[in-house]
Amino acid sequence: MASNSELIDVLVTLGDDHLILGHRLSQWCGHAPMLEEDLSMPNMALDLIGQARNLYSYAADLEGRGRTEDDFAYLRSDREYRNCLMVERPNGDFAHTMLRQLYFAAFMKPFWERVAAGSDDRLASYAAKAVKEVSYHVRHAGEWVVRLGDGTEHSAARMREAVDALHPYTDELFTVTQPMRKAIEKGIIPDPKDIKDDWMVTINLVFNQAFLAVPEVAFPQQGGREGLHTESLGHLLSELQYMQRAYPGLSW
Amino acid sequence: MYSQGLTGEQSELEETPEFLAAFQARIDREEKIEPNDPMPAAYRKTLIRQIGQHAHSEIVGMLPEGNWITRAPNLRRKAALLAKVQDEGGHGLYLYAAAETLGVSREQMTEELLCGKAKYSSIFNYPTPTWADIGLIGWLVDGAAIMNQVPLCRCSYGPYSRAMIRVCKEESFHQRQGYEIVRTLAEGSAEQKEMAQDALNRWWWPSLMMFGPSDSDSVNSDQSMKWKIKRFTNDELRQKFVDATVVQAEKIGLTIPDPDLKWNEEREHYDFGAIDWEEFWRVVKGGGPMNRDRIAARKKAWDEGAWVREAALAHARKRLEREAAAKEAAE
Repeated sequence: MASNSELIDVLVTLGDDHLILGHRLSQWCGHAPMLEEDLSMPNMALDLIGQARNLYSYAADLEGRGRTEDDFAYLRSDREYRNCLMVERPNGDFAHTMLRQLYFAAFMKPFWERVAAGSDDRLASYAAKAVKEVSYHVRHAGEWVVRLGDGTEHSAARMREAVDALHPYTDELFTVTQPMRKAIEKGIIPDPKDIKDDWMVTINLVFNQAFLAVPEVAFPQQGGREGLHTESLGHLLSELQYMQRAYPGLSW
Repeated sequence: MYSQGLTGEQSELEETPEFLAAFQARIDREEKIEPNDPMPAAYRKTLIRQIGQHAHSEIVGMLPEGNWITRAPNLRRKAALLAKVQDEGGHGLYLYAAAETLGVSREQMTEELLCGKAKYSSIFNYPTPTWADIGLIGWLVDGAAIMNQVPLCRCSYGPYSRAMIRVCKEESFHQRQGYEIVRTLAEGSAEQKEMAQDALNRWWWPSLMMFGPSDSDSVNSDQSMKWKIKRFTNDELRQKFVDATVVQAEKIGLTIPDPDLKWNEEREHYDFGAIDWEEFWRVVKGGGPMNRDRIAARKKAWDEGAWVREAALAHARKRLEREAAAKEAAE
């Protein structure tokens, strides 16, 4: 069981990243700059929420204590959530949202590719599906970063602002927790440092076309993996968990 | 617009009695009218108005349900609701495309919605204060929409009828999903059941109003029936809806908020109470609880998205220019 607890932790951490980012994207639904984006952002949100559900369900099964995906999503507090800070950042404008999506997807694509070939069959099967989804996210978000970076003067300025605001949160994608270390040793997930080059290639490729520069970050921001979040996560969770908290223990 | 010049909109069509009779004969033979076919200006205008309104209803309809995406009670419901609202957006896109075949652009239609010139279904001017509202919208609002739209699958205008076939398939899935939400509540705790009953009390009458004014007061009905844009009258469809829904409410132990509702043996239909047409017209004219908020939300999204749309166009232009310059340099 000891070994399971580490995998459970990894699954929940990954699940949190996906749920929180999916939730953020879903906030755009009905409010996007154009109808096409009112369709594609929920589409990506659905992919992410679907992945979170798989990850939480797997964690619940391994745990064997009768918890479900919803217990993980709805009944843990801010300090128990393990998502990286970037995914909880408020949506900001469309430039922020698309850049955040690119940063995350460009990391998850090589990550899932390696998990798909990794040693845990159930997680590998989820990863195989996720690879297809996240490849589209990279393309879609990357195209928007290029359009906005190389669009009007105004859009380029907004894109640069987004880079300044979000780049400090990218380091945390590559941090390794103790449970992750174990999962890496067992060949279940890749070591993030081994996918940093892939990530950088994607970002550089997009930034070159978007006339954006990768900034030097003086003060990287992290803490989510230890449950130390920015102030916005509490508000996000109070909305996300409202029904389960207001009406405990009911089926919906 | 790319569709202009294809549609015959600008052609100087003289609507002689012979032309109108021949057009009506095509309709009577159940032939589909297609975008390039000659058609009376009034037929085109009626369709642009109706399809545009329908598209706007899908788009504005994303808002009351979207109100619960971030608060859905569990992950399964969250995903289903997100997918549902996305479907509505897809219907909107599909319908705007159908309207564009008649020579009007999506941008033009959007501007008419935002300035209040074009209407959308008044039902979306009611709020969704509780989770039960999400169930009720699926069950009653989508249920009523299906009653309206199934006959539109046989509408005389080809692009509209084909769009409706696809839309109806998805709507009937939404309706079952909504009913399932309400049933879960009705079978749940006392609090949940009360939530469901309260929502039914609020949505019942506005749902009946979705079919529009009574036949005696409906200005657009007669001609639309002749042109086979409409196949049933407002009152016929409303009756169908009541007959189908009463049984569904009984099955899950909820009470329709109408003391006059009773089965009429002779007519083999349910009799129901008088609709408050004053309320109907008040909401149509902008006085519903959410009219201002709905348009404000659409306007905010449109205005705040302007820089994104402009950037996309500017980028596309730059690309073309660069390609042209590269080609020139190569020659």
